[in-house]
Amino acid sequence: MAPATPATASAITLTVNGEKHTLTVDHRTTLLDALRERLDLTGPKKGCDQGQCGACTVLVDGRRIVSCLELAVATEGRAVTTIEGVADGDALHPVQQAFLDLDGFQCGYCTPGQICSALAVLDEHAAGWPSAATPDVRPEAGPPPLTPEEIRERMSGNLCRCGAYVSIVQAVARAAEHRAGHPGHGAEATTESTTKESAA
Amino acid sequence: MTTTAGPRTVGVAHTRVEGRDKVTGAARYASEQPFDHLAHGWLVLSAIARGRVRAVGDAAVRAMPGVLAVFHSGNAPRLMTDYTSILGPPDPTLALFQHDRVPHQGWPVALVVAETPEQAREAAEALVVEYDEEPHDVAFHAGRPDTYIPEDANAVASKGDLEAELAASAVVVDASYTTPEEHHSAMEPHAVTARWDGGRLEVIDTNQGAMWVAGELAQLFSLDPSSVRVRSEHIGGAFGSKGVRPHQVAAVMAATELQRPVRLALTRRQTFAITGYRSPTAQRVRLGADPDGRLRALEHEALSLTSTLRPFVETSAVLGRVLYDARAHHTAHRLVDLDMPTPTWMRAPGEAPGSFALESALDELADRLGMDPIELRARNEPTVGPLSGLPFSSRDLLGCFREGARRFGWAERDPRPRSRREGRWLLGTGTAAATYPSGAAPSTASVTAEADGTFTVRITAADVGTGARTALTLIAAEALDVEPDRVTVRIGDSDFGPAWVAGGSMGTRSWSLAVSSAARELRGRLALADGDIPPEGITARTDTAGLLAELAKKERHSFGAQFAEVAVDVTTGEIRVRRMLGIFAAGRIVNPLTARSQLVGGMIWGLSMALHEEAVRDPASGGQLGADFANYHVAAHADVPAIEADFIDDPVPDDPVGVKGIGEIGIVGAAAAISNAVRHATGVRHRDLPLRPDRVLRAEEEAAAQHG
Amino acid sequence: MREFVYQRATDISGAVALLDGDPQARFLGGGTNLVDLMKAGVERPDRLVDVRELPLGRIETTQDGGLRIGATVTNSELAAHPEVRRRYPALAQAVLAGASGQLRNMATVGGNLLQRTRCAYFTDTSLPCNKRSPGSGCPAVTGEHHNHAILGASEHCVAVHPSDMGVALAAFDAVVSYETTEGGGEVALADFYLPVGDTPHLETALPPGALITAVTLPPAQVASHSRYRKVRERASYAFAIGSAAAALDVADGMVREVRLAFGAVASRPWRAREAERVLTGRPPEGAAFAEAADAELAAARVLDQNAYKLPLMRNLVVALLTELAEETDR
Repeated sequence: MAPATPATASAITLTVNGEKHTLTVDHRTTLLDALRERLDLTGPKKGCDQGQCGACTVLVDGRRIVSCLELAVATEGRAVTTIEGVADGDALHPVQQAFLDLDGFQCGYCTPGQICSALAVLDEHAAGWPSAATPDVRPEAGPPPLTPEEIRERMSGNLCRCGAYVSIVQAVARAAEHRAGHPGHGAEATTESTTKESAA
Repeated sequence: MTTTAGPRTVGVAHTRVEGRDKVTGAARYASEQPFDHLAHGWLVLSAIARGRVRAVGDAAVRAMPGVLAVFHSGNAPRLMTDYTSILGPPDPTLALFQHDRVPHQGWPVALVVAETPEQAREAAEALVVEYDEEPHDVAFHAGRPDTYIPEDANAVASKGDLEAELAASAVVVDASYTTPEEHHSAMEPHAVTARWDGGRLEVIDTNQGAMWVAGELAQLFSLDPSSVRVRSEHIGGAFGSKGVRPHQVAAVMAATELQRPVRLALTRRQTFAITGYRSPTAQRVRLGADPDGRLRALEHEALSLTSTLRPFVETSAVLGRVLYDARAHHTAHRLVDLDMPTPTWMRAPGEAPGSFALESALDELADRLGMDPIELRARNEPTVGPLSGLPFSSRDLLGCFREGARRFGWAERDPRPRSRREGRWLLGTGTAAATYPSGAAPSTASVTAEADGTFTVRITAADVGTGARTALTLIAAEALDVEPDRVTVRIGDSDFGPAWVAGGSMGTRSWSLAVSSAARELRGRLALADGDIPPEGITARTDTAGLLAELAKKERHSFGAQFAEVAVDVTTGEIRVRRMLGIFAAGRIVNPLTARSQLVGGMIWGLSMALHEEAVRDPASGGQLGADFANYHVAAHADVPAIEADFIDDPVPDDPVGVKGIGEIGIVGAAAAISNAVRHATGVRHRDLPLRPDRVLRAEEEAAAQHG
Repeated sequence: MREFVYQRATDISGAVALLDGDPQARFLGGGTNLVDLMKAGVERPDRLVDVRELPLGRIETTQDGGLRIGATVTNSELAAHPEVRRRYPALAQAVLAGASGQLRNMATVGGNLLQRTRCAYFTDTSLPCNKRSPGSGCPAVTGEHHNHAILGASEHCVAVHPSDMGVALAAFDAVVSYETTEGGGEVALADFYLPVGDTPHLETALPPGALITAVTLPPAQVASHSRYRKVRERASYAFAIGSAAAALDVADGMVREVRLAFGAVASRPWRAREAERVLTGRPPEGAAFAEAADAELAAARVLDQNAYKLPLMRNLVVALLTELAEETDR
C-alpha cells in the first residue's frame, strides 16, 4: 500500500518530452493545466476542458489521452509526450511535415492535438487494433487497411471547427505511407475524388 | 501548371508562413503569454433569464484565499457606452456591471479576481447572487403576434406587384423553413490579458480586428486611443464571435483598478453564453413561375430573434436580391424581442440560413415543374442586379454550375426520388447556388524596405485561420516583384494603424488593396532612392479610403455552385454525406492551397449545419441546455467525406486587385444542397434543420402512413 | 481551498480499506466521467483513490471457457483483445463505438459500468434533477427529452444510461465481481442497475464502498455470431440515441438461441428478454424479428419527443438479426 498523502497538494516529478520536472501540484490540477500553466508547455490546447474536443491530446507512455481529464498527480512516473516533443530538433516529424505540406490546419488551435492523435493512430493501427469503421473485428479477418474511412473514425476524437478534416486525413495517410517505407505522394494515392470523371 | 518566369507569388500554392509554428506547438495564443504578477479573473454569469440583481454577497468571497477583488453592478467603475464603432453601436453586453438589470440567462453579473485561476473559479462559484426574478420568454417560433419590421436599411426590398404575379403564376411554391440557434464554437475559447505598462493599456487578445477592439476599449474607458494597444498574433478560430465581448472589458476594468496584469480565459460553457450566436430563423418563401420556369414572383420573409436590448437582424432574405430575376420581388425581415442574449454575426450571417430556405424552395419549384434545378436557375439568371439595376462587377454563376455539373456527373442523375439504393442506404444528389457580397473597406498599411534587402509589411490585419498572413505575403511580394521569402508580414497589432477586420469576407480583399498600394508606392520611392537604403529602411504608408471611393458602384459578389451526394438509411434516420463539390467564381485566387482549405472548411460548416448543429433552449430556465461539445455537435472527422472546392476564372475588370472574399461563400447553399440530396434520396422534403435522425424517421413513418 | 486527497492504491484490500466509511471518497479509474463531473460540480469528492495500479488489468479465459475481464482493463485493451474479438465480437464493436480513441485509452471497464447519465439536466447544477438532487424534480419530462428513456423509466427520471459496452455485456449475461472490507461478492449485470422508481439517485446494487474487480462473461456459443450497431446524431464521438447488441444461433432453420440488448432507451443497458422469448424456436425471418421487437417494446412509454425510438429500435432489431441470419445461411 502506498503511503497515504493526506494533503491537498503533492510534490511530484513529471517526465515530459524526456525531461524531468519537479513541482508541487494541487491534486485537482489536471495534466493539461500543469503542462500549460506550470511548465509553460502551451502546445496542448484547452478547447473544452471536458474531454469533448481532443485539443489537449498528449501521449502518456505512448498512448494518446485527453490531458484535461487526467490528474497531473496521477501521471507521476509515466512518460508524457506533448507536441513540443514530437519533432527531432529542427527536423519535423513526418506527420508534422505532412500537416504543413497538405495544409492540414487553418487556425492551428486543434493542430497539436490532431498531430499527437495521428501519431497514436499510426501506432494503434500498426498494432492491429480494429476501429468502429472496421467491417469485421474478428482477428481472423486480419488487420484492417488504413483506408480514409478508418482514418476518419480513428481521428474523430479531435474536432476541428475550421473544417480542415479533408487535408488532415490526407496528411495522416501520407504519414502512414512514409512510415510503411513508401515516402512519396501518399495524399494523391489515397485521396478520394468527388468527381465522377476521375472516379470512373 | 503555372510557368511564370518571375517570383512565385500570387496564384501559386504556398504553405502557411506561420505553419511551422502551428505544427510544432510553438505558436502562442492569447492565454499563452507568460506575465509576471498575473492575476486571474472569473466571470459570474446570471442564473436567471430576466429580472434584477438584488444583492451580491461579495464580503464572504473577498475573504477567500487569494481573492483580490469582486466587481459587480454595485461597485463597478462607470463606463462610457454611448458611441459608435466601425461596426456600429457597442454590444449591450459591454456595459459591464453598469446596471442591475438581467436581460438574459448568462448575463455577466460579477467578476472575481484572484491570484490563481483555481482560486478565482472557486470564489466565483461560491459567490451568492440574489435576484428579483421576473417571468421570461425565450420561445422562438413562427406566428408570434409580437414580431416587427426592424429599422434597418436592409429590412425590406420590393419591386413589382407580388400578389398579382403570384396569381398569374402557373406554379406556386409556398413553403416554410426553420433553422435553429447556432454557435460559432471556435476551438480556442475567448481569452484576454490586460495590463498597464508605461502609461499605456496593453491587451493581449484573440480577435478579428485589433484596431476595432482597441477603439471600443478606448471609448468604454474614456482613454486616448493612442494609449491603447491591442495585439492578437494567433487566433484559434473566430467566425464572427471574436469581436469585443464582456471578458475584455472585465479584464481592462480589473487591470485598471488593481494596477496588475489580469487574465481572463472563458470556459467552453461561458463562450456559449456570452460570445454571441446565430439567431434561429423561421422563413417563408413563395415562388411563382411560368411553366417554362421563369420566375414571376419571389418572396422571402425571414423572422429572427433579438434580445430586449438591441435589434440584431439575421439578414436571411437578402440573397434573393442578388441571385434571381423575377417580375416581382419582396424580401423582408422581421424580429421578435426575447429574453435572450443579443445574437451576432456568424459565418455568412444571413446568407447561411437564408440560402437553406431559398435554395430548398428553388429545388421544390424544379420538382413541381419537372425541370432540372440547374436549368431552372439558368432561366432566371439576371443581367443586372434584380433590385438595384446595377451591373455586376463580374458574375459567372452559370459557369460554376456548368463546371460543377461536369465534374460531379450531374448529367447521369436520374431525377426520380428513391431511384438509387446501395444496401441499407438510399442515395441521392442535390445542388444549390451560392453567393456572398464582395465588399471592401478602407485600411492603412505600411511597407518598409529594410537595409538588408528584405521587406516588412505592417497592417492591423487578423489571421483567424484564413491564411491572411500568407496571402498578404504573396500580395506584397507580387507588388514588390520579389520572392515571398524576402517579405515579412506583421499583423494583429493595433499600433499598425486603422484597418478593416477579418469579417464579412472583406478582410483579405481590403488588406490586399492597402498592402499592394503601399508596396507600389514603395517601389516608386526606392527607384528615387537609387538603391541607397538607410539603416531604418524606407517606408511607404497608404490609406485606401480614396481608392475605394473611386470604385464604381456595382453589384460586387462571389458566386458558386454546391453539389452533394448523400446516403440515407430511412430505417434508422442516419444521413451520411458521401461527397461534396463546390465550384466558385471568387475573383483572383491569391493562394490556391489555403483558399481551397477555407472553401472546403465553409462547406463542412454547411454539412455541420445541415446535419448536426442545434443549440437547445430550456424553456423553464431560459438557458442553453447542454452548452458543451457533447450536446452541441459540430461535424467530426467521421462525418466529413471527400470534399472538393475549386475555382473558375473570374476576372474583375475594374478592380485594382481583383481579389474577392472567400471566407463565407463556402457555407452558403451547402446545407440546401445536402437537404435537396436527401429529398432526392428519400422522396421526403425536409424544411427544418438540422436533419436529425428522429426527423428522418418521423418523416418516413408519416410517408408510410399516407401511402397506407 | 477544500481539502482534497489523492491516494494511489496498489492492492485491493488496501483500496477498499481506504474508501471504507467515507461517503465523500471515490475510486478513480480512467477519470473520463468522474473528473469531468468534478469540474461541473456534480461530484464533489474530498478524496480520490486511484485504482489503476491494482492488479486488475488482465483478461483471462475462465475454467469453463468464459472470459474474466479485470476492472482496470481499459476500453482500448478490451476492444483490441483477440479473444474478445473472436468470441464476443459485439462487445468489441460496442466498446469501439463509444467515445474516442483517447477516451478509450483512459476509460476502464469498471468505470464504464459506473458512469453517470449524460442527461443535460443532470450535468447542469443550476437546474433541478432528481438523480443529482433528490426531490428537486425532473424537468426533462416536460422539457427537452428527445434522447430520453422509453423503457423502465418513471415520472421521477427519464434519463438513459450512456454505456455502449454495457449493452453487449447485458446481452452476454455478464457478472460483476466486487470487493468490500466485508469480503467479495458477485452480482449479475441484470441485477446490477436498480429500477428507477422514485429513487433515481440510487443507481447500482453495489454495497457502499465496493470496488468492482472484474466482469466475467460466461461461455456462450451464440456470442461468437454477434453484432452491435449504434445510431447517433454524429457519425462518431457521440452518445447513442438508440443501439442494439444482437447474437443469433440458428439450427435446422429455427432460432436455437438469440440474445438482444438495447442501449440509450432506459436507465440501464436493456436486456430484451421478451423479444428473445418470442423469437426462440421460430424461423429467423423478418416478420418474426419485427414481432419480437414489438413484443419487447410493448412496455414502452414514450414522451412527446422520443416516440421515434420505437420505430428506431424495431428497425434496428430487424436489420441486425436479418444480417446475422443471412450470414448463417452462407
